[in-house]
Amino acid sequence: MEAFLAAMIVAATPLLFAALGELVTERSGVLNLGVEGMMLVGAVCAFITALSTGSTALGAVAGAAAGVAMAGLFALVALGFSANQAAAGLALTIFGTGLSGLIGAGYVGVPLPKAQPLFPASWAEGIPYGRAILGHDAMVYLAVVLAILLWWFLARTRGGLKLRAVGDNADSGHALGLPVLWIRLLATLFGGAMAGLGGAYLSLAYTPMWGEGMTAGRGWIALALVVFATWRPLRVMVGAYLFGGVMILQLFVQGSGLQIDFPAQFLSSLPYWATIIVLVVISRNLSSIRLNSPASLGKPYRPDA
Amino acid sequence: MITLEPRPAPSRLMAALSPLLAILLTLIAGALLFALLGKNPLQALRVYFLSPFDDAYMRAEVLVKAVPLALMGAGLAVCFRANVWNIGAAGQFTLGAIGAGAAALFIPATSPFAVLLVPLIAGTVFGMLWAAIPAALRTRLGVNEILVSLMLTYVATLLLDWLVRGPWRNPRGFGFPQTNVFPDWAGVPLLVEGTRLHVGALIAVAVAVGLGLMMARMLRGLRLRVTGAAPRAAGFAGFSAAGDVWFALLLSGGLAGLAGALEALSTVGRLQPEIGAQAGFTAIIVAFLGRLNPVGALLGALVLAVSAIGGENAQILLQLPKNVTGVFQGMLLFFLLACDALINYRPRLAARRMA
Repeated sequence: MEAFLAAMIVAATPLLFAALGELVTERSGVLNLGVEGMMLVGAVCAFITALSTGSTALGAVAGAAAGVAMAGLFALVALGFSANQAAAGLALTIFGTGLSGLIGAGYVGVPLPKAQPLFPASWAEGIPYGRAILGHDAMVYLAVVLAILLWWFLARTRGGLKLRAVGDNADSGHALGLPVLWIRLLATLFGGAMAGLGGAYLSLAYTPMWGEGMTAGRGWIALALVVFATWRPLRVMVGAYLFGGVMILQLFVQGSGLQIDFPAQFLSSLPYWATIIVLVVISRNLSSIRLNSPASLGKPYRPDA
Repeated sequence: MITLEPRPAPSRLMAALSPLLAILLTLIAGALLFALLGKNPLQALRVYFLSPFDDAYMRAEVLVKAVPLALMGAGLAVCFRANVWNIGAAGQFTLGAIGAGAAALFIPATSPFAVLLVPLIAGTVFGMLWAAIPAALRTRLGVNEILVSLMLTYVATLLLDWLVRGPWRNPRGFGFPQTNVFPDWAGVPLLVEGTRLHVGALIAVAVAVGLGLMMARMLRGLRLRVTGAAPRAAGFAGFSAAGDVWFALLLSGGLAGLAGALEALSTVGRLQPEIGAQAGFTAIIVAFLGRLNPVGALLGALVLAVSAIGGENAQILLQLPKNVTGVFQGMLLFFLLACDALINYRPRLAARRMA
């Protein structure tokens, strides 16, 4: 049980980073479907940086920076040129999938030393599930802290209010004197940094190595998590851990020696089915979605100067 | 400082010029990319975009590559016009291949059903069924079709993987994950002997022209366009939004299934884990390059097929990684979307405003 919990938390972390970032982006009214592409480029840049400098921390920074650069590309087209956001996001994912494969071509399968746990092992003794809770590297806790900080930022600060105002009604925001496009740009870049961190966590700590298309749909699952959480950070956290559990279920069933005659491919498809089911369940509660979804999500905005 | 100023009406000229401008920009960016990779940019561009025209066989290969892209691109063009975002064409393609494969493998050659039409229909129906899942969930429960159709793509890949490694594997295949070779009756007739060009090319042209007429001349096309552009107006006109969502998804799913069936029956000739389903994503770019017009998608499919064949040549001749093609495709869509801003906006050199 302890091992399962520990693995679940690790599997949830990349989802949590990416989903929190996308949540902020969407709250500002921008739908970026390029999460998968940003995660992949973040993963490969983080991996190469960590490999050549020997520093996991620098790797994570590089991953975030790569995510920002990718998000900047999206912002240029979707915000600067007022393009269709869904199409621009798809372009970002196609571009990022190709680019990450190109950058990482010489690095496939090279192993990286595993990141060190943040807390000394002695701390975990005596606490129930201590190893599952305290035995991780710094990024796991960073993700949790960020989720709480984002809740506070969105719900309790002036900045969060401005962000939500722009996402709900860009015209009113503009009329109030808010710099709509700048706020959206910042939110989009933040989403990129978080997706980059999520990708970095995959290639630095989760696997830790680089493989083409290693995100395996996690960017898309992160998008679904934002809907599932009805755009609330703490619920994103719950959702991410839930999905972390579903993702590692497969490994535990295979490793448990249980003689189940169940094809591995069916177990591998569980997270994707779970995503669909979760979307169905949440859509039964339409009022909650309507109340919380940013009203101008995905609509391009251009101030008539 | 350059600013964008709204045009009084969308520019028809720019709508036609934008794809050409985007292709030009992609070529320039591609030259820079090749220079970064340490290749001679002009030579690399030649391999990428001119070598596919070198001989008759190569030209036929471009058309072979364009068939699934055109079929799926035309379906997606209709779908996107109706503001329905089916991005799971790759999954519907895979299901189409599975459906066609099931018919080809399990219908005995002596059966009256052992004719090519049966696996083609089976593939189309399987693709439609796979697309019916996001359609049902969107119309009945309001679930976002983008995420559902995409998730089902991953499921489809795993399903095919299981079939060819498990129950359908050829027992005498030396352990390779693949089925038996399809029987002769399920082969797609060739158009030109000595090449791989098959009658699917004619089907693709017929489908694109038919859908083009539907969008331009028929009530269904009008409904789809109105639903996509102004959903409230469509509601006032009494058009059922759910009906249009179903139509758009079943159409694009069925065409993706047909593309998968044709690909499995013609160029692959059996089922295996890799059957070229990636084309389902490329078809998104095809649809946009073709101005979300089914006939335009034919041209878009040709452009992307040239770059795909060129990419294969570049892998062999220049040892360029295969991912360069994906980078190209992403860049092309980016440039296209940016250039499309010129349809509705006029760029203006403006002095910084004094505030």
